[in-house]
Formats: sequence, C-alpha cells, structure tokens
Amino acid sequence: MELPTSDRYHSMSVDSFDTEKLLTNAARQRDARKLNEFPIFDADAHHYEGESISEIIEFIDDDILNHLARANPAIISSGRGGYQPMGGRITRYPLRKIEETPADGTHRDVHLSRRWMDAMGIDYIGLFPTGMLGIGLIPQVEVEVQYARAYMRWLTEKILPQDPRVKGYVFLPFNSPEAAYEIATEFGDKEGIVGFLITSPRYKPVHDNAYMKTYSYIEETGKPLIFHSGLNWNDPLMSVTNRFIAAHALGFTLYNVIHMCNWICNALNERFPKIPVVWTESGLAWVPWLGQRLDNDYKMRSSEIPGLKKLPSEYMGDMFYTSQPMEMPNDLSFLESTFKMINAETQLLYSSDYPHWDADMPSTIYDLPFLDEKAKRNILGGNAIRIFNLDVSDRYPNYKAA
Amino acid sequence: MAKEILVGKASDFKEGDKKIVPNGKNSEIGVYLVHGNWYAYANLCPHQGGPACEGLLMAKVEEVIAEDKTYQGMRFNHDEMHIVCPWHGWEFDIADGQAVADRKWSLRKFEVEVRGEDVYVIA
Repeated sequence: MELPTSDRYHSMSVDSFDTEKLLTNAARQRDARKLNEFPIFDADAHHYEGESISEIIEFIDDDILNHLARANPAIISSGRGGYQPMGGRITRYPLRKIEETPADGTHRDVHLSRRWMDAMGIDYIGLFPTGMLGIGLIPQVEVEVQYARAYMRWLTEKILPQDPRVKGYVFLPFNSPEAAYEIATEFGDKEGIVGFLITSPRYKPVHDNAYMKTYSYIEETGKPLIFHSGLNWNDPLMSVTNRFIAAHALGFTLYNVIHMCNWICNALNERFPKIPVVWTESGLAWVPWLGQRLDNDYKMRSSEIPGLKKLPSEYMGDMFYTSQPMEMPNDLSFLESTFKMINAETQLLYSSDYPHWDADMPSTIYDLPFLDEKAKRNILGGNAIRIFNLDVSDRYPNYKAA
Repeated sequence: MAKEILVGKASDFKEGDKKIVPNGKNSEIGVYLVHGNWYAYANLCPHQGGPACEGLLMAKVEEVIAEDKTYQGMRFNHDEMHIVCPWHGWEFDIADGQAVADRKWSLRKFEVEVRGEDVYVIA
C-alpha cells in the first residue's frame, strides 16, 4: 500500500500492517515499568463501529430506516468535519485497512483491541464508538434513537460477550428523553456494561426536567454517567475557525464545559449525589479555569443558583475526569497544579483514546515525576476499578485497593 | 564505547530511502539518505516513545503570505524534509533531528560514515 506523502521521491510503501509491531516501543515501556504487575483500566478506548456498519444495520428494526441505511450507510453519519489522520501522517489510519486478523470466530473488533491493549499493558478497556460521537448533531431524532438501539444490541450481543476485558457503556440517544430512558433501562444491566454515555456534541440542556427519571435510574444502578466530548466544525461558533487544530482544541473542551456548567448551576450534584459523573476526552487544563471562573461569579451571584451548598469548584473536585488528551506543558508544575485541583489521586482515570491520533500511552501517567507509586496505580486502574465496580480477579486474584 | 553498525551498501540507497537497523536488543536506528546527505536517528520519539523512524518523510509545510500580509495558501518546501512520528505526528527536521514545533525536543542523532561502499552508523 502506497502511503500519501509530499512528493514522489520520499514515498513510502507498506506491504502489511500489524498493531503489535507499531506498538513495539509501547511494549518496551510496559516491560520497563512493570505495568503488567498491577491492573490498568483504560476508561476511554475506541473502536471503529463504522467498520461493522452492515452488522449494526441488521439490528435496526425500523423497516424504512433499515432500508435507507442499507442503501447508503452515510445517512447515519454525523457530518463532523475531521482531519484526524493529518494527511496520512498517522499511518495507522490508512494502514488499518490491510491489518489481518484470524478468522477464528472472534470478532475483528475484539482481535484489534486485544493487540493494542496487550502491547500497552492495559488489562481492561471501556469502549466508546467513533462515528457515533457526533450522532447527536443530526436533525432526525428518530435516526439517533434507532441507531443507538441497533448499536447497543450489536455491542451487547456481538462484542462484549466475546471478551470480559472489553467493557461498554450504554449509548443514550439524548435528543429523545423518553428513548434515552428506555435504552438506559433496556441495556443498563447487560453483561459487560459498566456505565452510561452521553455524547457531548449536541444542543440539549442536561438540566431539562425530562431527563430526571433517567438520572434517577442511573443513580439506582450505581454506575457512572459519562460525558464524552467531541467536535463539530459546523457549529456556528466553531465554523469561524479554519484549521482542524482549532476546531479540535476548542470543540473537545467546550461541549463538556457547557454541560458541566449546566450540571453544576442546576445543582444536579445535589439532586443526584450518588452518580459518579465522568468528563471524558477534554483534557484537564480546562477544569482549573472553569472552577475558578464559576467560583468567582458564584460568590457574587449565589442567589441565582441557590441549590448549591458549596463552591462550584468543590463539586468539580468531587467529579471524575479521564486523562486523555492530557496536556503536557514543558513546565510540569502547571500540570501538577491541575492534578491538585481535580484531586487526581482519587478522581482521575487513565484513558488512552487509542487508536485515535492523539492517544496517550500509560507511560504518560506512570512517568509523571510528582506522583508516587500509589497515585500512579490509582490513576491507571484503581480509581476506575472503584467507580466502575470492576471485578479484576480474573487477572489479579490478590488485588486490593490501594 | 562507541560501536560501528554496518547498515549496508551505499549503492542500495536511492534518494529518500531509509533503513532501520537494530541497535542492541531493545532499540533501533533509522538511517536516511536525503538530498544526498546521510542521517541517522534513534527510532524513539521524545514525545511518548513512538517509533519515529517508521513514519513518513514529509516536506515542511509553509504558509504563503503576500507582501501586503494577506494569506495566499500553503505549499510544501522540499528543501526541508521532516521525519514524522507515526504515533502522533510529531515532526523532526531531518537536518538536525529537532522537533519543528518546539526545538527544545529532538531525536537522538548518530554519526554516519561511508567507507568505500559500506555505510556505518556510529552508536
């Protein structure tokens, strides 16, 4: 396979591709740091469910939509702009097509996940979709609902039962509060399901009364509610930007900023104190900014949000964050300060985002000079084991929380 | 103590070629022939440890700004070639191994010697 380059003299041709080979250096990191000696949970891993679109479409019950999707699967795409592979510079994007997996009855999706998990020393993953991250932006609510249900049936019937190391989240079609509740209750206790997912790029207020019964149900299950961010270059505000880097850096942060603001300002932490709320794929540097900003305003305008019993930043310190894409400033004291504000030792969950372009290896956490061994292990796995209530006895029979 | 690693025959390389050779048990060195010059760098990205030399060799991308400061587009500058790490896209100037986005970071550089037909890396 010829990879696209800037000129014909410096072309690169590749005959085969193997994730394990690409991640040889990750395996060396794993061995040098002895990452296989303690459990690592990757709270934000991805698969490309679009590669299995024909299988998922089989689970769409609605005859009309099923036909339309079979005729053209693009109708359930979200229209998110994207330049993730950077013109082919991230070679695993184009080469993924030629990676071979054995035809042994195990789904290709599972085979590919295991390869990179093993190379990095990751024991368990919480799997998110890729293309579906933007499905909350399409104008047809019924398409989101049908596709969410089809995806969940495919995920819980075809993928999760094949490997207990692969966990999943219930995709809530949030643009329909009723359907979100139905799907939450239908799939919330399926094998391998460890939480509930709201994709953040969308325009519904999380504090709408219509969602309260869904949150009540989630609270009863004891499982986390996860806001997974994303980008939408078509957003009128984002469309002012002309480079993907801007749409990405802003979009992946701002959608979670909006939902976090609404969650706090409507005192949902007080109404649902037992839901572990997790903010995913926004990095971390936004948290100190937003916390300080809200605290400052709240001290002047507390009458506007009387449901709060403490500072907004204190609620933020009670919530959970996944690490990737973790900002790595040259001056690590900035990052250390962020860790302090989010109470990282108990509230931060390692995430790789693999196989996406800005993935973080476990070493991004393990090599931080200001963390002790206990904090590293909590962030890489212990915190997730606690809030997702994971049983890791299959791989670590003697595991005890630090 | 420095050791010599035989890379291969100089005549086996054409413009833009690279060869990745083992350097001990757990590391490799990428050897390049670019614009008639030999370069060698550790196959280890200073960012997160990716196999930088297994990625593409790409020309620098430049902005075209007119005299009146208006933006006119972008173009490749083939005089400055970049090693691109395939894990995350960090780019390194082939001439010195420095990361083009932040020159405080760089690939480890090795000397290359061509003796007769043979190409050696001094590691």
